[in-house]
Amino acid sequence: MSATRRVNLVATAVLSFSMAGAMSTLYAVDHLRRGSVAQEALYLRSSKVLRRLSLGYTGLLADIYWTRGVQYFGEQHQSGTGDFRLLAPLLEVTTELDPKLLPAYQFGANFLAPKPPSGAGLPGAALSLMKYGVEHNPDQWRLYYNLGFLYYTEFKDYAKAADAFARGAKLPVTNAFMPILAARMAQHAGEFDTARMLWFTTYQSTKEAQIRENAVQHLLALRVDEDVTRLEQVVEKYRAQTGRLPASMGDLERAGFIHGTRTDPKGRPYKLMPDGRIEVQNPESIFFITKGLPPGAAPPQPPREAPPASK
Amino acid sequence: MNSGGMNSRIGYIAFNTFREAVRDRVLYNLIAFALLLSGAAILVGEISIDIERLVVVNLGLTAVSLFGVVIAIFIGIGLVSKEIDKRTLYTVLSRPVRRWEFVVGKFFGLTGTLVVNTFLMAIGVFLALLYVAHKFEKMDVWVLAALYFIVLQFLIVCALALFFSSFSTPLMSAVFTFALFVIGSLAEDLRGFARITQGAGGWLATAIAYLVPNFSALNVISQVAHGDAVPGRLILYNSVYALLYSAMAISGAVLIFQRRNLK
Repeated sequence: MSATRRVNLVATAVLSFSMAGAMSTLYAVDHLRRGSVAQEALYLRSSKVLRRLSLGYTGLLADIYWTRGVQYFGEQHQSGTGDFRLLAPLLEVTTELDPKLLPAYQFGANFLAPKPPSGAGLPGAALSLMKYGVEHNPDQWRLYYNLGFLYYTEFKDYAKAADAFARGAKLPVTNAFMPILAARMAQHAGEFDTARMLWFTTYQSTKEAQIRENAVQHLLALRVDEDVTRLEQVVEKYRAQTGRLPASMGDLERAGFIHGTRTDPKGRPYKLMPDGRIEVQNPESIFFITKGLPPGAAPPQPPREAPPASK
Repeated sequence: MNSGGMNSRIGYIAFNTFREAVRDRVLYNLIAFALLLSGAAILVGEISIDIERLVVVNLGLTAVSLFGVVIAIFIGIGLVSKEIDKRTLYTVLSRPVRRWEFVVGKFFGLTGTLVVNTFLMAIGVFLALLYVAHKFEKMDVWVLAALYFIVLQFLIVCALALFFSSFSTPLMSAVFTFALFVIGSLAEDLRGFARITQGAGGWLATAIAYLVPNFSALNVISQVAHGDAVPGRLILYNSVYALLYSAMAISGAVLIFQRRNLK
């Protein structure tokens, strides 16, 4: 074998070995430093300093920070630690670098507001973020919608929710549901219908598959909550008329209170419990339901593999 | 050729590369560095509150890193082409020196230059620290870890500059190396993008993310400025990574240089 050929062979072997080795080591480094990118937000929180450091490329830097925020939320959500300390600073820096970055407000508020494990449980931070968003983007109806949604779901502040929807409804480009939502909030009427309209608007106004799926899950849960509420009212009426609780759904049907078998969205008949409560047959199969659960059971949440936005 | 002879030939080329860099006044950057650091150390104390140590560590280590990267790129890209232009390469290769020994010797020469440069700058950083804090603290040990990572960063940049200069013009080599330095500094974001990308695009993004050098894991400047510890395992992994990545780039440079027609 010639010397040149030998050198080539050794160099090729070293190259292959070091490439494989470098990649494996990098994989180990990644696991060791998971979350460290977001950690930098602790060190450099001032968007003014970042603005100067970016040499004017603030848009790109905002995109990078927004991506870091999404990854941080996803990783913390998946890890199940419930520690979302860096989420608010990351979103703050992102939106201060680029106040027009609408997804950072829309999704960011949805990451921040809901209680763990779905979100960070920081509705106050979500509200500050949305207010900052509305202030810098006063012509975006979606931000008013998100603000109203936040007041309604997290704070139960109907007057402020009505005001946010009404301001969004006045914009030249808006959604047909906005004035209706404003009116409903003002009247504080028809909880189920209002919630259904909100989730439907969410479904309708986004192209994000994950958010649409989340809206569908909430709409299904609303149907269950409404069915269970109505059925329990029927059971109460039956007791008022007959002086005893019905022994089965058949008793309600024979007495003419219901027609046919009532099923949940998965097609399973609702169960009548001996104490007159109504339960779904498999509570784990329908996420976010608050009614039809065994006593003391928490509302079932989607699995952690796919971090959902809660709206 | 025996291994003793081979080592002395590589050592000779490395020493000559170092000597040439010194002759080219590369170490003059130390003057700029000293002015920058002493200026910052004195000025910050006058115009700000309680961030003197932070500024000295952040500014000092950033300057060590950037000065070194610039030197690595601009000297590294000319290591091969300059020898060809001056026709000194033919003289070297007409002696019993193999092409791969030439490449490896150049690499060691350049990294040696940068290690000396970094050592002198490190003394400057610690002197400035002593000036602003009046004493050394336990957490200052981590500044050494950050300096060590910066040297590892130089190994990779030197190897890349040499790799590109083995087949490309000096200007293009500088562009390629600098581009990889920027991409590599955002490597963790790149891998983050890869993680959330699905399908074939995801595979491609992951492959690219793992192929570009990871400079972000080698940058712990902010961390040590705040006195945070650097895990021992990170030091180990980063050392292994930098050595393997440099070996990969140097092997590539050797393979290309072996085939290059120098006539």
